[in-house]
Order: sequence, then C-alpha cells, then structure tokens
Amino acid sequence: MGKAAVELVGVTKRFDEDVTAVDALDLTIEDGEFFSLLGPSGCGKTTTLRMIAGFEFPTMGGVRIHGAEMGLKPPNERPVNTVFQSYALFPHMSVFDNVAFGLEMKKVDKADVETRVRRVLDQVQLARRADAKPSQLSGGMQQRVALARALVNEPEVLLLDEPLGALDLKLRQNMQYELKDLQSRVGITFIYVTHDQEEALTMSDRIGVMSAGKLLQVGDSHQIYETPTSRFVADFIGDINLLEGEVTGSGTARLSNGAVVRIPSGHPSNGTVTLALRPERLMLHPMAGSLPEGRNQIRARISRRTYYGDVYYYDVEAGFDEPLDVKEENRPDVARHEVGDEVYVSWTVDSANLVSD
Amino acid sequence: MTTEAPVNPELERAAERAESRRGFLIGLPAFLYLILFFALPLVLVFVYSFATRSSTGLTVLSDWNLDSYRRLLEPQVVEIFVRSLLLAVVTTVICLLAGYPFAYYIATRRAALRNVLLVLVMIPFWSNFLVRTYAWRVILGSDGLASQISQAVGGEPVRVLFTTTAVLLGLVYGYLPFMVLPLYAAIERLDWSLVEAARDLYANGWTAFRKVTLPLSMPGVVAGSILVFIPTLGAYVTPAILGGARTVLLGDYIVSQFLAARNWPFGSALSFAVMFVMLLATTFYFRVGAKTL
Repeated sequence: MGKAAVELVGVTKRFDEDVTAVDALDLTIEDGEFFSLLGPSGCGKTTTLRMIAGFEFPTMGGVRIHGAEMGLKPPNERPVNTVFQSYALFPHMSVFDNVAFGLEMKKVDKADVETRVRRVLDQVQLARRADAKPSQLSGGMQQRVALARALVNEPEVLLLDEPLGALDLKLRQNMQYELKDLQSRVGITFIYVTHDQEEALTMSDRIGVMSAGKLLQVGDSHQIYETPTSRFVADFIGDINLLEGEVTGSGTARLSNGAVVRIPSGHPSNGTVTLALRPERLMLHPMAGSLPEGRNQIRARISRRTYYGDVYYYDVEAGFDEPLDVKEENRPDVARHEVGDEVYVSWTVDSANLVSD
Repeated sequence: MTTEAPVNPELERAAERAESRRGFLIGLPAFLYLILFFALPLVLVFVYSFATRSSTGLTVLSDWNLDSYRRLLEPQVVEIFVRSLLLAVVTTVICLLAGYPFAYYIATRRAALRNVLLVLVMIPFWSNFLVRTYAWRVILGSDGLASQISQAVGGEPVRVLFTTTAVLLGLVYGYLPFMVLPLYAAIERLDWSLVEAARDLYANGWTAFRKVTLPLSMPGVVAGSILVFIPTLGAYVTPAILGGARTVLLGDYIVSQFLAARNWPFGSALSFAVMFVMLLATTFYFRVGAKTL
C-alpha cells in the first residue's frame, strides 16, 4: 500500500456528443487494494473500467497506472489485464492455449510459458482440463480459465467486469471467497465492477458507489453500509428507511408524522433533513412493556409480517407516507408481534444517519 | 394430486410415425420435382457417359465402354481442365482478398449504414446477368472506356476483350457478392469481446485479427469460396461473351460437345469429371474449415 496503482483525474467520457457515461471522475486506487466499483446498470462503472483497460479513451481527463500517463495507449501496451463479463474465452483454442495467449504475445520463452501456464492452471484446479475446449467446461470452470488467463501475465492491475454475474448463487458465493483469497495471495490490485452490493461488501477493501456517471461515495464496506452520505447510496445498498424531518433546534427534528426525535450532530441549523435508518437497527416494543432509556421512539402499528426463517420482516405504520421496515431476529428472546399490534419503534440516536439528496 | 397416465410406448410410436408421415407429405412436391428434373437427368447423363457416338453423331446405347473417360486424359482436354481450374482458383482468391475487407467494413458499421451497404451489394442482382456481362464488352472493347482512359493518359490503346483477363474481370465482377455476403454474415456475428480479449492480452491489431477474427470467420471464408469456386469452374456465359476463341474453358467445351461435335457420351463424361472435381474441392474446403473451428 501507499503508492497509487491507478489514478483517474477528472475523467469524463461522452458518447455521441450528448450522452455522458462518466462525469468528471476523480479516484485513486491504492496498490494491492481490492477495489469495487458498485452501481446499477448504466451508471458508468463498466465504461470506467474500459477506460483503464484502454478499450475506450476519456473525452477529458487522464488515466495513470503506477504514475504513468496512459493517454491513447492501446490495451496491449497497458500493464493491466481484464476478466470479461462473458469470459471471452477463445472458442477455437484449448484451455492451455487460451491461458498461454498473453505470454506468447509477450514472446516469453516456450519452456517458461509451459511452466507458468501449468502452475496457474494448478492454482485454479484446472490442470487436468488443459486440453479441453472452453465449450466443454462448466460456467464455473470457464470463469476460472478466464481468471487464469489474466493472472498468468502477472499484471500490475487486474480488472474484473462482473465476473461472477453468469454463475448460479452457490457457485457465486464460493467464487467470492476464492477470488478474495487469491487476491490476498497474489497481492495484485483488483478493480472489480459489480452491481451486486453483497459481492462488493464481502470482498472489497474499498468500494466506490457510482450513479449516473458520478462517483457518489468511496469508503470501506463498513462506511458505505453504516454511514452512507447520500440518499442514493443509502437506498442502493441494503434496505433502508428514509425519514424526512424539519430541524427544530440543536440535535432535534420534527419528522413528517409529527414526532420529535433527536438526530445525530452535524446537521444544518434549520431546514429539512433526511434520516436514514437500517431495518435491523430498529426495535419493536409492546405498548405494555417498559421502554429502554436514551432511544428515540415513535408509536406505530404492525401492518404486515413476513417470515424469512432466520428473521422476521415487519411493515410498520407510523404515520409516514410509506410503512417502516423493521427486521428482527428469529430468537426466543426477541418478542414476536402480530399484525394489528400497537407497538413502539425505537432506535439509538447514533444508528440514524443524515443523508443528502 | 392426479396420478400420472401410464406411459404407453405404442401410442408414442404411433405419434412419431404420424409426425414423420406429415413431414414426408409436406416435402413430397419438392421431392418429386427434384427427382424428375434433377436426379433423373443426372442418371441419364451418367448412363450416356458410357455409351458410344456413332459416325453420324448419334448416341449408340448398346456398346458400353470407358472410351469417353479415357479421352479426358488427352493433352488438349487436360489443358482446358487446368486452364479452367486455374481461372476458378484465381477468381476465388481475388474475390476473397477483395471481399474480406469489404465485408469487414460493412459488418463493423452502424446498423443503418450496414443495411444500406448490403442493399448496394445486392443491387446488381436486380438486372440480368447477361446484360451486365455485355456491358463489360462495351467497357473492355477496342474503343471502350478502358482503352479511352489509357489513351487519355498518353498510353497505347488496349483491348482486353476476348482475353483471359477479360473473363477473369467478368467472373470476379459477377461472383464477388457471393463472397461478400457469407463473409459478412460470419464477421457480423463475431463476438467482439474476443478481439478485445486478444488486445488485452498484448496482441496488436494485426495479430488479434490473425489469431482471433480470421479463424472465427473461417465458416464465411469456406462458404464464400465454395459459392465462387463451383460456378466459376463450370462458367459458360461469361467466357462465352468476354473470352476469345483461344481461351476455351470447360463450360464452352462441354456445350460444344453436346451441340457442335454431337458427342454426347464425351460431353457427359466431361460433366461428371467436373462434378467430381467440385466434390473434391468442396470436401477439402469443409475439412479445412472444420479444422480451424
């Protein structure tokens, strides 16, 4: 860590004059980092990745890799490799030839190619399928070939474009662990593009959340999930309750349902604020019971309960435009509430988060 | 829950039989047509190739022999064969070299432009092939466009008409679309992320083309080459109109056997020899094509 692996400086990409895919993006990715670009489809994350790879060139701004300005350098002259979304394995070549392709292009000594390809195929547990054609392999195997084909070149930066998107759920979860392990073993900088928030949260050292060509927030998984700074980030990652309020004094606000609650510090001295509350940070209390000290609380009524096995999801009417989402664990010491029950919803001041629009 | 109906293999087989009967009935008209107008004449030609020509030019259907096939080895016949074969190969190669970049260009344009270009490729088909070939006569004749241009830049008058070059020009002109269209189809459905992958793995533009684009567009190369090679090998109209008496080709030669020389058995044997060469070429081409895939 320390030295920047990739620097994007004011990178803008416009297609056909008026479509701005990436808008004045500034981003520094550290050496050896597992960095995820997270966002919905069309947010510009893939375009950003393609500009680092050299498949697209910025309309404005610069891309630097380990300090070197990339300018209009074609992909073959950049010290990066890409794992493509659809793997893009050469269908007319064997697994071995696919993996050997980059080394052969770099005119690496034949015997050396052989050892390095065998070694990397060993690493991804495909040594025995070296002579197979890609079409004879399962999706998970093809994905590992794609990974091996990129890694064998020992790139300074590995770019991954939704590499797990085509796999089924179980395989995807396994590959998440494998990828993360692999990354910490080889120590190469990974830039990982995904629209899957769970993938980003579980694997990344840091995450950059993108929307409409802009980078909204950069931080580690914890920061992105716990302290989203904008309504979009809060809403895109996980479930969230967003409550509008009018600041009434230092540390207090009147919510749209009339309840006055305490809000975290750092709020504007007047005007409206938006409180973001995770469903698992809310607690339900029966009307009859005693209420814990020091928590915000509002009256509400259960309108729906959904059973997920490990948790209950409650829809709770509290006088807002939409019902509040509350998530409670399915444990003997957590009381279960019935639809129609009158309850209190409570949360600590710090578990709420102020977000901008 | 409802119980599943027991599987009755007898019923299934009956259904399959009915299905195949339906298929046969649908195909019947085409079948009959092909048998009547293709298979039967072909058998006829095959039978005739073993017959003998009487001194008056009639075909004697009793004295079966291989004389006609033996005649194929006469130097004069071999020369015509080689000349035709060479012309067909050269035509195919020129069409391929000219057609590939063009097909590539079309396939990589925006959809709207692509369709316009494809229509332009097909526009010549809207007018008669014979007429278009006669047009070349005007261009290539002694006071034609080609000669005028040559003289305008201070050169000698040229007459290309009635030479092998004229036939070659005519054939390339006539068959280029048959090369472009299958090539276009093959290149158009190429997965461009494969080319990007090659570029990403340090291949420059040319190497990426050689290692990825070309091998993956091989089906188009094979289809286009066959579509050009086969008809040019037996071409009759173009050589007849643009070629001279000195450059007899297989098409002319076969026709003259049936008409002028009234030697039907030899004409039939020639036809079968040409078909055999075509079959060999096609098989070879598909083998090559299959290997690269």
